[in-house]
Amino acid sequence: MAGRTIAEKILARASGQPSVEPGDFVEAEVDLVMVNDITGPLTVKALKTLSKPRIRNPERLVIVLDHQTPADRVQSAENHRLLRSFASEFGVKALYDVGEGVCHQVLPEEGYVKPGMLIVGADSHTCTYGAFGAFAVGVGSTDAAAALALGKLWLKVPESMLVRVTGKLGRLVTSKDLILYVLGRVGVEGANYMSVEFKGEAIEALSVDGRMTITNMAVEMGAKTGIMEPDDKTLQYLAEAGVKGDFTLVKSDPEAQYAETLEFDAGELEPLVAAPPSPANVKPAGELSSVEIDQALLGSCTNARLEDLRLAAGILKGRRVKKGVRMIVIPASRRIYLKALEEGLIQVFVEAGAVVAPPGCGPCLGGHMGVLAEGERCISTTNRNFTGRMGSPKAEIYLASPATVAASALTGRITDPREVA
Amino acid sequence: MIFEGKALKCGDNVDTDAIIPGRYLVSTRPEELAAHALEGLDPELPAKLRDFEILVAGRNFGCGSSREHAVLALKHAGVKCVVAESFARIFFRNSVNLGLPALECGGISSRTMEGDRLRINLREGLVENLSQGFTLKAKPLPGFLLKILELGGLLAYVEERLGGEG
Ligand code: SF4
Repeated sequence: MAGRTIAEKILARASGQPSVEPGDFVEAEVDLVMVNDITGPLTVKALKTLSKPRIRNPERLVIVLDHQTPADRVQSAENHRLLRSFASEFGVKALYDVGEGVCHQVLPEEGYVKPGMLIVGADSHTCTYGAFGAFAVGVGSTDAAAALALGKLWLKVPESMLVRVTGKLGRLVTSKDLILYVLGRVGVEGANYMSVEFKGEAIEALSVDGRMTITNMAVEMGAKTGIMEPDDKTLQYLAEAGVKGDFTLVKSDPEAQYAETLEFDAGELEPLVAAPPSPANVKPAGELSSVEIDQALLGSCTNARLEDLRLAAGILKGRRVKKGVRMIVIPASRRIYLKALEEGLIQVFVEAGAVVAPPGCGPCLGGHMGVLAEGERCISTTNRNFTGRMGSPKAEIYLASPATVAASALTGRITDPREVA
Repeated sequence: MIFEGKALKCGDNVDTDAIIPGRYLVSTRPEELAAHALEGLDPELPAKLRDFEILVAGRNFGCGSSREHAVLALKHAGVKCVVAESFARIFFRNSVNLGLPALECGGISSRTMEGDRLRINLREGLVENLSQGFTLKAKPLPGFLLKILELGGLLAYVEERLGGEG
């Protein structure tokens, strides 16, 4: 029998078959469902149109209020209220309310994500959980409703792409630069419908935080998910998150088949920036040094974990953000916020002139605070720079690592962090 | 299932922020969303879209977020079918799940002009350009997706399944 990838093994197990092939349609048992305050209300609406609304496994649903939090207008507040009352009506205990953090940080941190699971989330960046060796896919609200009602969902078994990264990242070159590099090579639809597996010594050397940044952006190349083999660091993270031992570590067979393979040396990378309007429009930060910025954002499910805050604070410490630049810092979760407080990082940010906002999505999707005016430019640690994403369609978003964002906030123009630190 | 209507064209990589900008997502009301359909691409488009029934797009249509609001907006603005060179996967799922047929058809966007009349036969996977007199073969949808579409969406399918379980 041919070798199998992690993705194929998880989908075979979840659909109760000895093995599955790329291209097969399967109906698979879903281990965990996530909805947030943008997608959740439509899921509730969908479930309630059933003649007998029900959730097969209420303990498998996690609801996170993170996008429009704290509520910015009456309609957001109504959405939050709807989700709270839905949770109590259907016996859903796992509701993380305003201020707990971004869904893709809260789920792993609270111990819901385990290796080998099949997870569907009504949010496109659900692929983040692939960093733990789970098969995690973003779906729509109606998909989530179907998965809740039946406990199962239809999925197409994806082909796999292998990204093997050798070598070691250089100073102030981060996992964000690594995934931006991959995006630049693969393009916005180069991994369409595929499961992208990241491997190699450079990936193993990353912390789990750093790995999540990579799987988070797999969807930006059209992938169904990003995935990595769990290792000792994964186990350590899970232990700290209070996860008990009932999970399986799934790894790809050595002779597994990949539709495509990309290999490169991490040591050759430099700080990169994705210029608008596409996350694949990637250039060296140094080449964009004439681009002046109005806002610098350190936040989101891509890059607002403790390691990211430490990196940015290291660069900002004892310095001031350039006059005329607004810097916004949003820890990805309440737990991270607390640790950043303990470590004095928040003090560094506020002293540098940054605004620290409550854990959540913040300006990332342009629906809440920190939106941009016409003609303004923002350098951001988030994952999307589509036209109009963060406010005016005439504003521009540049995506970069926490180090590059902090460096740029200091100089007021896009800056390779190695120039200032 | 056969659909006929006038085609509106859009380009490659039309993302979900273009189909329905983030600031409108607090609403779940289809009519409200429809009023902003494709607004991120061009503020004139929501009004213009009302005169068209079929959307013809380039590659990777609907890339970006999982917001089902994008499909709701198009559907309630009167779009009956989306034909594209290729789709981003979550948009494709959402479209089928909400009963808006999405067909992948190579060559459609370069050969169709805005305003052309198209006739689409879903079961056969045929896209006929009546104005220009050519027919293209689309990538056929697997049987159970056709069934979901024929029932009007995934929830009707779930309803059937739950009914079956008694
Ligand atoms: S932080 Fe941004 S990308 Fe992440 S879930 Fe929130 S809106 Fe989506």
